[in-house]
Amino acid sequence: MISDTVVELSRWQFAVTSLYHFLFVPLTIGLSVILAIMESTYVMTGREIYKDMTQFWGKLFGINFALGVTTGLTMEFQFGMNWSYFSHYVGDVFGAPLAIEGLMAFFMESTFVGLFFFGWDKLSKGQHLTITWLVALGSNLSALWILVANGWMQNPVGAEFNYETMRMEVTSFGELIFNPAAQVKFVHTVAAGYTTASAFVLGISAYYMLKGRDIAFAQRSYTIAAGFGLAAVLSVIVLGDESGYTDGEVQKAKLAAIEAEWHTEEPPAAFTVIGLPDQDAMVTHHAIKIPWVLGLIGTRSTDTPIIGLTEIMQNNRQRIHNGIKAYSLLQQLRNGERDETLIAEFESIKKDLGYGLLLKQYTDKVVDATDEQIEMAVKNSIPQVAPLFWAFRVMVASGFIMLIVFVIAFISSSIRKCRKDWILKLSLYTMILPWIACETGWFVAEFGRQPWAIAEVLPTFLSVSSLSEWDIILSLAGYVFLYTIFLLIEMFLMMKYIRQGPSSLHKRRYHFEIDERG
Amino acid sequence: MLFDYETLKIIWWAFLGVLMIGFAITGGFDLGVAVLLPFLGKTDEERRVIINAVGPTWEGNQVWFVMSGGALFAAWPTAYAVSFSSFYFALLLALFALFLRPLGFDYRSKLPNPEWRANWDRALFVGGFVPALVLGIAFGNLLKGIPFHFETDMRIVYFGNLLGLLNPFSLLAGLISLSMFIMHGAIYLQIKTVDNINQRAQKIAVIFTVVTLALFALAGGWICFLDGYHITSEIFPNAVANPLAKFVKKGPGLWLDNYGHLPALWAVPASAFIGGLMVLVLSIINRPGSAFVFSCLMITSIILTAGCSMFPFIIPSSISLNSSLTVWDSSSSLKTLNLMFWVTVIFLPLIMLYTSWVFRVFRGKVTVEHIHKNNHTLY
Repeated sequence: MISDTVVELSRWQFAVTSLYHFLFVPLTIGLSVILAIMESTYVMTGREIYKDMTQFWGKLFGINFALGVTTGLTMEFQFGMNWSYFSHYVGDVFGAPLAIEGLMAFFMESTFVGLFFFGWDKLSKGQHLTITWLVALGSNLSALWILVANGWMQNPVGAEFNYETMRMEVTSFGELIFNPAAQVKFVHTVAAGYTTASAFVLGISAYYMLKGRDIAFAQRSYTIAAGFGLAAVLSVIVLGDESGYTDGEVQKAKLAAIEAEWHTEEPPAAFTVIGLPDQDAMVTHHAIKIPWVLGLIGTRSTDTPIIGLTEIMQNNRQRIHNGIKAYSLLQQLRNGERDETLIAEFESIKKDLGYGLLLKQYTDKVVDATDEQIEMAVKNSIPQVAPLFWAFRVMVASGFIMLIVFVIAFISSSIRKCRKDWILKLSLYTMILPWIACETGWFVAEFGRQPWAIAEVLPTFLSVSSLSEWDIILSLAGYVFLYTIFLLIEMFLMMKYIRQGPSSLHKRRYHFEIDERG
Repeated sequence: MLFDYETLKIIWWAFLGVLMIGFAITGGFDLGVAVLLPFLGKTDEERRVIINAVGPTWEGNQVWFVMSGGALFAAWPTAYAVSFSSFYFALLLALFALFLRPLGFDYRSKLPNPEWRANWDRALFVGGFVPALVLGIAFGNLLKGIPFHFETDMRIVYFGNLLGLLNPFSLLAGLISLSMFIMHGAIYLQIKTVDNINQRAQKIAVIFTVVTLALFALAGGWICFLDGYHITSEIFPNAVANPLAKFVKKGPGLWLDNYGHLPALWAVPASAFIGGLMVLVLSIINRPGSAFVFSCLMITSIILTAGCSMFPFIIPSSISLNSSLTVWDSSSSLKTLNLMFWVTVIFLPLIMLYTSWVFRVFRGKVTVEHIHKNNHTLY
């Protein structure tokens, strides 16, 4: 029997390591594109200041990129190290996009990033610009393939279970790649990366302007960030995850949990702005609701209902009963019986096998599960509502505040008279918001998938490796210890270079060096 | 579909080899250079020469390593699951050491403080030394077999521990990989540097070529007595991936079986020795470029020797022989192998093409003057 503690610890470790990793990834994705935009401007106008901008923001990009690579390595190792049953069970499907990511994107990004930093004197202007775009393309393609893999975890299309190999196998790569859940996630995540990088450039440029340093440099950076950021944040919000939520049963549960929609309402459903979700009683106390809005956003119609959690659980109860039958047939197949009617019967209900596996958390003998155990499995077949409810609202609120700030920044960078100190301060303090939005967004996507590792296919509980509690306590402690030190070093270097500003390029034309020359 | 399941399995065994060898001959010299950093660089400038000799290209080289893991996951998912969870602490150690590399390279010269730089130099050393050793130890354990078996529902259970991984034969394998990467790194530095560092690198290259050959010969002798594995039941190369459908025996010297059946295979270990001797000669007469080619040959042959000895085994199980993972029964499905075959056939040559272009752009020596001139932009 798998220990609950091992499962909890493995989940904590995965959450900690991926949330750390996700501190650096959005900035890399977005900043690579901003660098390419800046350098394109340099090549088109021939003005050195745009080259300086590319190089200075490139330095900050490098400091961030190093930690992105460092923490990314963990992710690749971790599936096998801590989630070995997952790796065996879905590697045939899940491994492919990860490997394609390496071959198509990560190789390109990593090979050319050296040329980006050290190739300025060795390449022509056009060649170097091409390299910068290829680095940007690499990091964006990287996101695409990772999200194809992740999208499949949310909505596992194009694959089916094979009883002979006891794992999921690919039936259609087309479906896997064009999985609507993956496509929507890709656009949402990449646009979030652009927003993050824009807020980063915007905030730091505002800081220079507030200090009255390197104004020409800061203004140009600010303008690019404001324009790019406004487009990006609009994409995040408009193309946001919303449209993807209804693909797949687990996505439906996630949507209902985010909105604390305990029961299916008469369409179009009302949107709960805020309230206190109570999972045991299945009500939201002190709820403030806006009629119609949820139904409109969630279904883009006035007559399609959004399924409530109660109804989802009822449906899950039925599927768990089917799953028990599927599991019992699977046992016979695994024992070598190859009766044709047996195979046919199993094939007809194997889509519910995963629901049977949910019972493994409560009993080793799935086939003999008691009613009480089945009820526990039903109760836990939906995610915890309150954390999702709140995380989602924090994410959305951050998104809308950023939208307002980018609109103001865009106007103030287009009309010179509007450039007020309060706008610059606002730009500076907004810098933290994209990180809050990205981290809560990751949480909503992955916590909302629970109790599944692969929606409707493989419970998180079963996915772990057969490690001991101490194995994971030690590794988790190691990760937290090292990552914290790394993060402190990174922040220290980042701050140092931000304070120096473009003077760190030693081109003898920026603030501190001009002062030195007196 | 161009190939049948059997052929695709063999192709993917070969691809995995290509990726590992790709890492060993590119990322391998980066690891070696990092190990040599504190010994060959006496001053800060010399150390920066050494770091910048690999600075612009190490990042791409390391992807071969990541890619080996990714290909293992996609093409041999069960082998990925067994090896990564079994080598838990060994891999954790390698991973923690590898963390120090991107940070060491990128952060070291961003501040002038000597203490800061000295600490990152230590970090870079650890980041080279530990992975070079641990990867070899992991290979040694693959040859010995890992104590794992499959429970109901194909759940992997592992009965070993970190100390068990540190057995004498595997430590020898660890020393081989460490010394071969040091040799390779020294030859690379011989190509990329001048004067003092160049001369020191030459000495190291000569010493470690001899050490590598001696250790490799020792391991070869040991293999004759080490327990190998052999499939005793009929093999169905086109069967679905079920590792529990065969019988396996274990016995001393069985890893030499393949050489008995196919004597031409002796050319593989032999070319490791020939390569090594050529490296010695060419390094001594100061032709490091050619020496590098032969050092690549030597490394390739050493890795291939391990692969050829074990074929068709990928991960033998030492406690549940029939659970052993082989080429025939632990791969992905036909569909996945086929798709990934085409992706690899398209992208791998492309990767080799742009990687060699990047190396061409950065060809030439790195000197102290070069460091002075680009004080603020180089690592």
